[in-house]
Amino acid sequence: MSRQTARTGDPRKVNGELFTLTYGALVAQLLRDYEDDEEVNKQLEKMGYNIGVRLIEDFLARSNTGRCNDFRETSDIISRLGFKMYLGITPVISNWSPAGDEFSLLIENNPLSDFVELPEGHSALNYSNILCGVLKGALEMIQMDVDVWFVQDQLKGDNITEIRLKFNKRLEDAVPAGED
Amino acid sequence: MAIYSVYIINKAGGLIYQYDHFTNRPEVEKTFSFPLELVLKVFDEKVVVAFGERDGIKVGHTVLAINGKLVEGRYLQDGRDIIEFLASQENFPLDIKFGRPKLTTNEKIMLASMFHSLFAIGSQLSPDLRSSGIEVLETDTFKLHCHQTMTGVKFIVIADPKQAHIDVLLKKLYEVYTDFALKNPFYSLDMPIRCDLFDSNLQSAIEQAEKLGISNV
Repeated sequence: MSRQTARTGDPRKVNGELFTLTYGALVAQLLRDYEDDEEVNKQLEKMGYNIGVRLIEDFLARSNTGRCNDFRETSDIISRLGFKMYLGITPVISNWSPAGDEFSLLIENNPLSDFVELPEGHSALNYSNILCGVLKGALEMIQMDVDVWFVQDQLKGDNITEIRLKFNKRLEDAVPAGED
Repeated sequence: MAIYSVYIINKAGGLIYQYDHFTNRPEVEKTFSFPLELVLKVFDEKVVVAFGERDGIKVGHTVLAINGKLVEGRYLQDGRDIIEFLASQENFPLDIKFGRPKLTTNEKIMLASMFHSLFAIGSQLSPDLRSSGIEVLETDTFKLHCHQTMTGVKFIVIADPKQAHIDVLLKKLYEVYTDFALKNPFYSLDMPIRCDLFDSNLQSAIEQAEKLGISNV
């Protein structure tokens, strides 16, 4: 995918800009097709979800991580391994809720929006909403039900891009034998 | 030293992939004249030897082919019943091939879901929480190695008991699965895997594992 160097054993690399441009073209086309920011957000999340449920297996196969015992461990692995492996960035984790079930990922330079300037009148569009879907899909496959949403976005003039994750429950029905 | 077969079971217990790598099943072909010295019977829709072992043909062996033509269960390819065919003298002399039959797809699916339940029972029997479930199942003729991923997919390798480094192969198979099944946008999750790329990469992973196993023994 993008500027990854951490991944070993795979000499094929794609130019990061091509990836960014591809994603940009996708969002632009969705905007033309749906003409509604909310609908585009929904579509992006859906796409991300479908990526997430597949990507998690790749992540597990290559990262050698065990099962997390609490949400803090999860947050650490998402940022330090997940984002690093696939996007080449390490978001900062902050703004923990007192109960320890919500946190924020702060992204300084989002590779998806490298060349992007949002046009007027798209204040509701979450350009990188695909990331929310990926996180939700991936965590759901390892039996964690979470809500993921954008709080701030540098594209909308905020200082930083902030994605918030909220842990709802463990999906007990889906836990594989031996781990319940 | 060999790897016999690979099974992949999804989290619901359905078989999504199966591959037979090495089939060293003894087959015996012999020419017979009338009357047949062996006693045959129909069992489970197949014609099996019920009595009279000779020349490497053992009780329990199934009729696989007659005169070089494969049979279909208890019938010849033209639909005639094998037992009746072998009872009439004008069909002799003829060649019959005996051997152990391959599992049918339905049997494989059934065995896979049975193993899925057995695995669950295995982990429930554990005195401690979070048992890994069945990892190795050993018999005198083969060893079954199972690896369950965190998402609940099971990878099963059936290999020679002396074959080493199956754990490496299991991990490699997981990577092949993520790369060539899951990353194929047209593969739908939890469905049977029908991808040529997946097939060929899985085969080369198995061949590599066999070489590795030999060089280390």
